[in-house]
Amino acid sequence: MLRFVQFVGSRALDNVEGLGRMGVFFAHLLRGIFRAPGKFRPVLKQIQFIGTRSFFVIGFTALSTGMVLGLQGHYTLAKFGSESLLGAAVALSLIRELGPVLTGLMVTGRAGSAMCAEIGIMRIDEQIDALECMAIDPHAYLTSPKLIAALIAFPLLTAYCNVVGIFGGYLVGVGLFGLNPGVYMNSVETSVEWSDVHMGIVKSCCFAVLMIWICTYKGYFTGVDEGNFGPEQVSNSTTRAVVLSSIAILLCDYIVTSIMT
Amino acid sequence: MGERCVIDVVNLNSFYGGRQVLHDITFSIARNEVTVIMGVSGCGKTTLLRHLVGLKKTGPGQLFLEGEDIGGFNVAAMNRYRRRIGVLFQSGALFNSMTVAENIAVPLSVHSRLAAETIRIIATIKLHQVGLSQFRDYMPSQLSGGMQKRAGLARALAMDPEILFVDEPSSGLDPITAAGLDELILELRDTLGMTIIVVTHELESAFRIADQIVMLDRGRLLAAGTVEQIKANPDERVIQFLQRQAEQKQDDNQKYLERLLGESELHLQA
Repeated sequence: MLRFVQFVGSRALDNVEGLGRMGVFFAHLLRGIFRAPGKFRPVLKQIQFIGTRSFFVIGFTALSTGMVLGLQGHYTLAKFGSESLLGAAVALSLIRELGPVLTGLMVTGRAGSAMCAEIGIMRIDEQIDALECMAIDPHAYLTSPKLIAALIAFPLLTAYCNVVGIFGGYLVGVGLFGLNPGVYMNSVETSVEWSDVHMGIVKSCCFAVLMIWICTYKGYFTGVDEGNFGPEQVSNSTTRAVVLSSIAILLCDYIVTSIMT
Repeated sequence: MGERCVIDVVNLNSFYGGRQVLHDITFSIARNEVTVIMGVSGCGKTTLLRHLVGLKKTGPGQLFLEGEDIGGFNVAAMNRYRRRIGVLFQSGALFNSMTVAENIAVPLSVHSRLAAETIRIIATIKLHQVGLSQFRDYMPSQLSGGMQKRAGLARALAMDPEILFVDEPSSGLDPITAAGLDELILELRDTLGMTIIVVTHELESAFRIADQIVMLDRGRLLAAGTVEQIKANPDERVIQFLQRQAEQKQDDNQKYLERLLGESELHLQA
């Protein structure tokens, strides 16, 4: 019994310490935005990495999701004779919910894992120590440019995801079920309001911060808890980063939706 | 803390969690000299180096730079100190995503307002100094271990440091490359008047380059002095280290059994 209490207590203390360290890391991440070195070139490089290189995977995911929404939406709406509302159903589902979430999850899987592994390798190879010894703030140099880039890339990728998804719904609705193109587009135009778009932008910005915070944090402290700096620690921290980021994105999605609805 | 001393270590204690790894280490590092920190693996050499370069937090009153307490440095003071030092890590610690020349340009582009062309020229000069000028556009992964180490040294020299810290310069290198690095260290001391601190367990290399040797053993200072003083030291452990004698097995059978079976099982048997 005593051992069990000891175990629970020690785990609780570890978690509290971990949360505190995450908080301090976040403060450094934000402070790094305003510290040297200059951010222009690193941010452009990161926008290319997070944004441009995610174009295909986001496009493919959005197209298939839009087409599935078209199929399922048409099936449901046909029961009530409201097929003309297919455009609204697809657009609202994507803009308010699926666009930001899918973008967040796909970018986490593609770019977040790579960021975590890159920083983790830098940790085990003493490259982060080398930065510190050169009097270079590792946060300002490594992590903060990623945050700025993600805050620019995520909303743009989300908008792209929404447009491609709506087009996927159009392909199914108009191409497969013979809906009038004008009816589909009119339904999109009349149903979507600025508040829906606003919610999508807020969500994508929140997801960008969460993904960068968690993935860079896990990479930065690779092996530190274990006191062992090997390749296995990099793979462990990368897996944890992707899982934790995905869970955080889904939780945050619910919280933002409940606040803004 | 004489005027010749640039760094003074005074009763330095260091811990990892609850485990003490350094016990009351006291010695001084003289200006424009090569100080070699020696000892068997796991004796605390690298931990001591991490304290000296500020990667491990030092308590107040244990480490002094020209009389100033490094343990009391705030972030700005620590950064000022780090701009005066260069560090060559055991692995080289080159940034994998950059070419060799870009690696050397990193501290220059962050800390100076030099034009890109000037930085490029300085990087080439530093690479020439370590004999790698023809490899400036190579990626670190395309270089051999010895070349990576030399490129790491070029980066450590980029800001013309007053104090250079070198961690295990000869480990994993062939004798010719290792001797080349030793020559380079002596050249840096003689031509630029650099203060150099080398962590190593290679006897031959240490005797060749050291003005002063600091020997550690199980986290304690075993001996400190010139090469001759160390060679003449009558301490049993110093002699064992210098004569490369293997560690004597001191475990009795009971302890060996305890380690094999675990204490609980042994008690059960009893």
